[in-house]
Amino acid sequence: MLQLGIKELAKYPFLAETGDYLKDKGFNLEQLSDPDWKPVVEKAYGRIVVATTGQIYGGDIENPDLEILSFVISIILLKSAGISTLNRRFSLAEARRAERYLEQGLNALQKDRTILENLKLKEESIKSSLKIIQDLFSIRVEMEDDRLKIRIADYLKRAIHFNEREWKLVNRRVESGYVYLSSHEIVRLVRKELDVYINSKIQSVSVSFIPETFRERVGDLVLLAKKFSTTVIVSGDYPPCVKHAIEVLDRGENLPHSGRFMLATYLLAKGQTVEQIAPLFKNAPDYNERITKYQLEHIAGSSGKATKYSCPSCEKLKSENLCFAIPECDGIINPVQFGTRRKTSA
Amino acid sequence: MLEKNVNFVEAALKEYYFNNFELIHVPSRTSEREFGYQKFNSGMARHLTVKNDKDLHFLLMTQVPSDIYCSNACYSFPNLPMSEKDWKEADLIFDIDAKDLKLGCRKDHTCFKCNTCQSINEQPSKCIKCNSDKFDVISVTCQNCISETKKEVKKLVRILTEDLVINEEKIQVYFSGNEGFHVHVENSEYQTLDSRERADLADYIMFNGVIPETFGINKQNSSKTSLPDIGERGWRGRTAREIFGTKSKRPKIIQEILLGGYSAFQSRLEEMKYTIGVRIDPKVTMDIHRIFRLGGSINSKSGLSKILCKDLENFDPFSDACLLGDEKVEVLANCPISFRLKNKKYGPYAGETISVPKHAAVYMICKGLADVTQ
Repeated sequence: MLQLGIKELAKYPFLAETGDYLKDKGFNLEQLSDPDWKPVVEKAYGRIVVATTGQIYGGDIENPDLEILSFVISIILLKSAGISTLNRRFSLAEARRAERYLEQGLNALQKDRTILENLKLKEESIKSSLKIIQDLFSIRVEMEDDRLKIRIADYLKRAIHFNEREWKLVNRRVESGYVYLSSHEIVRLVRKELDVYINSKIQSVSVSFIPETFRERVGDLVLLAKKFSTTVIVSGDYPPCVKHAIEVLDRGENLPHSGRFMLATYLLAKGQTVEQIAPLFKNAPDYNERITKYQLEHIAGSSGKATKYSCPSCEKLKSENLCFAIPECDGIINPVQFGTRRKTSA
Repeated sequence: MLEKNVNFVEAALKEYYFNNFELIHVPSRTSEREFGYQKFNSGMARHLTVKNDKDLHFLLMTQVPSDIYCSNACYSFPNLPMSEKDWKEADLIFDIDAKDLKLGCRKDHTCFKCNTCQSINEQPSKCIKCNSDKFDVISVTCQNCISETKKEVKKLVRILTEDLVINEEKIQVYFSGNEGFHVHVENSEYQTLDSRERADLADYIMFNGVIPETFGINKQNSSKTSLPDIGERGWRGRTAREIFGTKSKRPKIIQEILLGGYSAFQSRLEEMKYTIGVRIDPKVTMDIHRIFRLGGSINSKSGLSKILCKDLENFDPFSDACLLGDEKVEVLANCPISFRLKNKKYGPYAGETISVPKHAAVYMICKGLADVTQ
C-alpha cells in the first residue's frame, strides 16, 4: 500500500487508497443523495464529458476532496449507464491525466521557487512518482545524478509495444544493465499498463444503489453516448482482417496503431474518401476528430509530403497478429486482393 | 546417408559416448527441460524428459542418436505438446556461425553435391555429370573461419558483461561442433523475456535498426556537442571509438560528418553493423521454444563435439573437439577441398580409396564427401 497524501490521491484517485480515504471521511452513497452534493455530481458529469471529447480534465488539485469525489462519482455514473465506449474513453483520459502528473512529478522544478525549496519539492515529488510507478507496475525507476534509469529487462518488456525506431533498445542510452530515459519517456513507457490498470479499477466497481440525484445525469450519459454510435455497413467483400478491425473499433476498443493504419490504407485503396473513413474511428477511446482527419489525409497523400501509403501485405499483418485468414482469402498476399482474386479465378 | 555409413558412424558415436560420459551432462533444472534427439535418416523425436545424467547416458547408449538436443526453456510439463508445456522462462542463447560471416575464404573450402546423381562439383552452376542445377552446399572449416568467429564471440561476451551486466561466470561458450560457437547464459535477469523482447535484444547486440539521432545527428540542426565521445559507455562509446579512433582526429572527422549530413551518416552506421555489431543468428536468440544441441554431444554434420571452451583464445576445435577414435579406416573419398584435423591435412581426394583415422573418416562421411568401403 502506498503512503500518499491527499493531494496525491487527487492526482491519482484510481489508487486503492481512495477507498480508505472515503471510509475516513465517512462518505457513502446514501449521503451523496443529499441535494447539497449536486455540484459534485455536476463536476463528475463534466469530467466524463471532457473525457469523451478527447481532452484531459484539468481539475483543481488545491481542492483535493472535490477532485477525489468527482472521480468516484464519475465511476458510479459510468457504471450506472453501463456503456463500454464511455468507460474506455474515460479510463484513457484519466490515464493521460495521471501521465501528466507523473511526468511533472519526475521533473518537479518550478521557476518561482528558491533553490532550496526546489530541492525539497523535487525530492518529495520524485519520490512519490517513482513509488507509484514501482508499486503499480513493478518497475523500479532509479535516479542517478538527475538521470532516470530502469533495468534493461523492464524496458524491453514494454518498449516492444512501440513501432517507432527510437524505442528500439539499440537507440537508447544503455549503460551497465540500465536504460536511461527522460521523465516523459518513463511515463510513456507505462502508458498502456496505466490505462489497463485504471480500466480494471473501473470494471471492478459494483454499484448496488443509485442515488436519485444521479439518475438525470445517467440519462444524459446515455444520450451522450449516442453521439458516438456509428452504423457501419460492413460489406461482404471486406477481407476478414478489415472486418475485425472495424468490429474492434465499433466495440469502442483500442485498435493498435498498425491495425488502424491497415484499415485506413485498405479503405483508401478501395476508393473511400477521408470523410467516409473518419467516422469509423469515432468510437476509438482516444478519438480526436481533427487529429484523425489529419492523419488520414497524410496517409492519403493529400497533405504534407504527398506520400501515399499502401496497404500492408498479408505477411506483414501476420507478423503483427492482425491476420484472421479464412479460406476465401485464397492465398492473397495483400488484403486489397480479397475478392478480386476469387473473381479472377471464376 | 547410406546404411553402411550409418552403421559405421553410429558405432563410432556409441564408442565416443561410452568413453566420454564425463563430458555429457544434463543441465540445471533438468526436470523442466524438453529433450529431443534425431537418428540418422530419421525425423526428430522431441517432447522428451530426462531425469539425470544416468538417464541421459542410457538414452545415448540405447538410441545412439546422430544429434541430441535440450531446450533452453523451462516448462511445467516439458513432455506435453508445445501448447500445454506451460513455458516458464528460458536461458539466453546465441549462435555464431562462420557461414553467416561472408568470409573471403569460404570459396576455398566449399563444394557442391548434386542432388540428382550425388557427384561432387566445385561450382554450383550445372552438374558436370548430369547437368542438374540443384545442389547441396558442403563446406569445411578453416583456421580463418574459427579466428573470425572467435572475434564475434569476444564482442558478444563484452556486450553481455558490460551492457547487460551478466556475470562472466554465467556465460558458457561452446564450440558448436561444426563451424562456429554457441553461447549460453543461464540464470540471468533476462530469463523471462519473450520472443519479441529477445528479438529486440538481438537487434541491440547486432547493432541493428540504429538511427542517426541516437548519436546526435538529426535531419536538421545537428550539433557537435551531441556527438558521442570515445569515453562513453554502450553503443555511443563503441561508435565513437570506431569513427574517431583517437581524440586528436575528432575535430576533423566531426566536420566531415556534419558536412556529409544525415543520409551519409545513416549509411555509415549501416556499414558499422559488420564491424562493431555482433553477427549472431537472431532466429536462435529469439526462439524461446528451441531445443539446442546438448553440450558434450556429437554434431552429426562433422563428427566433432559440441564442447565447452574454457580458454577461447587457445581453443583449437580441430584438435580439442576431435574426440572420435584414431584407428585407421578405409574409405572411398571424393573430397575436392582440403581440411585439417589434429594438425594433419587431409585432401583433396578425387574418388580415391584411402586409409585415414576414424575421426577423419567420420568427418568426411558426415560432410557427404566419403563412404566406408566395407
